[in-house]
Amino acid sequence: MKPQVSVSTASQLSAIILILTSSLLLGSCGSSENNVSKGNRTGTLHWGNGTEPQSLDPHIATGVPEHKIIIALMEGLVLKDRKTLEPRPGVAKSWEISDDGRVYTFHLRDNARWSNGDPHNAHDYVWSWWRALQPALGNLYAYMYFSIENAKEYYEGEISDFEQVGVKALDDLTLQVTLKNPTPYFLQLLDHYSLYPVHQATVEKFGSADQRGTRWTYEGNIVGNGAFQLRDWKINRRVVVERNPYYWNADNVRLNEIVYYPTENAITEERMFRAGQLHYSGTVPADKIATYQSNNDPALRIDPYLGIYFYRINVETPQLQDKRVRRALGMTIDRDQLTQRILKAGQIPAYAITPPGTMGYYPESDLRFDPEAARQLLADAGYPNGEGFPSTEILYNTSEGHRKLAVAIQQMWKKHLNIDVTLLNQEWKVYLNSVSMKDYQIGRAGWIGDYVDPNNFLDMFLCNGGNNRTGWCNPVYDELILKHAPEAKTQEERLEIFTQAEKMLLADMPVIPIYIYTSNNLVDPSVKNFSGNILNQPSFSEIYLEPDNGGQQ
Amino acid sequence: MLRFAFNRLLQAIPVLLIVISATFFLVHSAPGGPFSADKAVPPEVIRALEAQYNLDQPLWQQYVSYLGDVLQGDLGPSFKYSGRTVNELIAAGLPATAELAMYAMLVALIIGISAGVLAAMRPNTMQDYLPMSAAMLGICMPSFLLGPILVLVFGIHLEWLPVSGWGDIPGDKILPAITLGTGYAAYIARLSRGGMLEVLSQDYIRTARAKGLSEPLIIFKHALRGGLIPVVAFLGPAFAGLLGGSFVVETIFQIPGLGRFYVQAAFNRDYTMILGMTVFFATLIILFNLLSDMLALWLNPKLRQQAGGES
Repeated sequence: MKPQVSVSTASQLSAIILILTSSLLLGSCGSSENNVSKGNRTGTLHWGNGTEPQSLDPHIATGVPEHKIIIALMEGLVLKDRKTLEPRPGVAKSWEISDDGRVYTFHLRDNARWSNGDPHNAHDYVWSWWRALQPALGNLYAYMYFSIENAKEYYEGEISDFEQVGVKALDDLTLQVTLKNPTPYFLQLLDHYSLYPVHQATVEKFGSADQRGTRWTYEGNIVGNGAFQLRDWKINRRVVVERNPYYWNADNVRLNEIVYYPTENAITEERMFRAGQLHYSGTVPADKIATYQSNNDPALRIDPYLGIYFYRINVETPQLQDKRVRRALGMTIDRDQLTQRILKAGQIPAYAITPPGTMGYYPESDLRFDPEAARQLLADAGYPNGEGFPSTEILYNTSEGHRKLAVAIQQMWKKHLNIDVTLLNQEWKVYLNSVSMKDYQIGRAGWIGDYVDPNNFLDMFLCNGGNNRTGWCNPVYDELILKHAPEAKTQEERLEIFTQAEKMLLADMPVIPIYIYTSNNLVDPSVKNFSGNILNQPSFSEIYLEPDNGGQQ
Repeated sequence: MLRFAFNRLLQAIPVLLIVISATFFLVHSAPGGPFSADKAVPPEVIRALEAQYNLDQPLWQQYVSYLGDVLQGDLGPSFKYSGRTVNELIAAGLPATAELAMYAMLVALIIGISAGVLAAMRPNTMQDYLPMSAAMLGICMPSFLLGPILVLVFGIHLEWLPVSGWGDIPGDKILPAITLGTGYAAYIARLSRGGMLEVLSQDYIRTARAKGLSEPLIIFKHALRGGLIPVVAFLGPAFAGLLGGSFVVETIFQIPGLGRFYVQAAFNRDYTMILGMTVFFATLIILFNLLSDMLALWLNPKLRQQAGGES
């Protein structure tokens, strides 16, 4: 028997469902102003920050999201111009460099303060740099100190007396740093967070100086010297920093707060930006770039980035031992086609490892797209028309972008050299493991500069360089980078040595340069003083918010 | 009933031990360690880090000391989030995940039971076909598709609701709850329809009708209790599923919950975090299954007699 229900009962039930669902839908719904317009009113910058910061300790942190927060909370002796990246006075109001370029004398501001009001002086740097060089701390950026006299020796335990390291407080407001060799990029390093000072009393309050993972960087604990101070840190939700009234230049800081959102997912972050929940997003999904471009959306900012996308070649692979084979591979990648048809976000084809224009350095490269000459090289190496060339594998970490590029290159090599290439993708940590164990044949790689100098790119390929990972070793190259370049009398001479070294690298081709990165940012038009630069480093103390239609409000 | 619960909890101990051991050895055998990075890590740094987290000890020793810590409720420090313990991270993520699961469950129950009961009242009519087809669609629609569609329509196009966040902007919990709840609503709709159909054909309902009781009284007072037993049995596993399976929704809506930690931990080789979350979820699943079994016993006297007779 069919259960029979009267029509009125059914409509009663439907009514109940309607009431329940609509109350759920509307219950918490209210008129809400989006973050951007509210932030513009209150001086709050809403910043899409990628991932949850792993640490805010400048001597432990390594990632980009951490970097963006730490530069708001802390500051080095020297700042960078937000456009040109030229050194600008930071905690040091001025400095002198000795004639031999080895001794830097910094004069600190007498109004520099920690965010708890404590005076901030030259001794803070001596202590902080001593801390950063304690091996137990596990500072991955310790090498940033190695241009300082005896810093490397101290770090590696060859000397145990920190007095011998080239950093001295001559008095409360004068810091003297002695370098091993003249290092033209030394001032830049001072703006890298790994050389920032930390507040000794706070660090020691929560553990010993060289202890990792103490709670000194948490909300309520951390003391910094930057334009902002930490107010709130809710895991996976937000990090909020507010103006630091003790900052030496506090009067010129125009933002009241910055809220950093750890979004993890680029698609979510872009959607948040579009809905007016973020002023800034630094991770634009690749397939969204074309849409922004075709709409001529002023929010999309594409700038050259100090980074190179390249393929490593494991030179111990039998068929890749001959440099003619490696050159042939490099010469049959049509980089114009890759950047224009596949990447499509302003990337620049790369024919050398160092991005051109790095500190006035323009690498000379004879690498070009030349299938004819490449076929000849391959034939000379014993593989005429690719005959007998063993199948070779390209390894990349799992990502749609890397896959597309690898597929294109696979086709180019088949078309121009008639060789068979297979593709292998591995999850990030597995891929890292394979590459560092040299368990690969050709491997996708990327390198982002820590400072603007050719040295940062070329010293990767020293014989014992931890990031070399190709098995390529040339003692003459090592001598150029390690000995001749640091001892060069003038910058021109130094750049000439780099040119020579890079030519050697390109002639042997243990690495195939592919393209120069761009930074793709979404920036709301109300954000002023956001200048794209090749380090993609914002200057939060200068940014302010001003809606373009402000006059109408 | 208490004895039943006690027995079930005893059975849980070997289950948990197997889960912990399997996970422990699996994560340690995965290639790539917690401290490998894009930039080469100097060996002295690796040594310092491994010493700090006891990774320099033999594996069996690490295993034994981990078991000891877990017994005391200490899930260890996270390798990735410097200075945070796994307990602390779970405590930070649980409220959002639990709240989301609760709202999603609410959505699932309201929509699912209403649709199921409506359909059961007039089987094989439009009143049955419509909600059941919708339910089929709900089961088939993955949350990574439904979420962005809802966001596009209600968040970006109509601008009625926030596109992301959790407790920051009024109304930001609605879309995630609906996205996560819909799939479960669909299951519940089918389960409650089946349950109700069975009950509505029973003699005692016919008796109630013969006595002239009104339909709402019959449905709500007499039929629902029996008709919803299949739904109740589904609630425990469903709630555990909601807690553990909210990763996609948490990512789409930028919700500071546990799901994101779990997946990130695996990518980061954050051994203690992976283990801690696994232990935590395994315990939850065991507990919720037990709870829903006990609820089913309470609702169904027949089963109660069986369980009582066996134990």
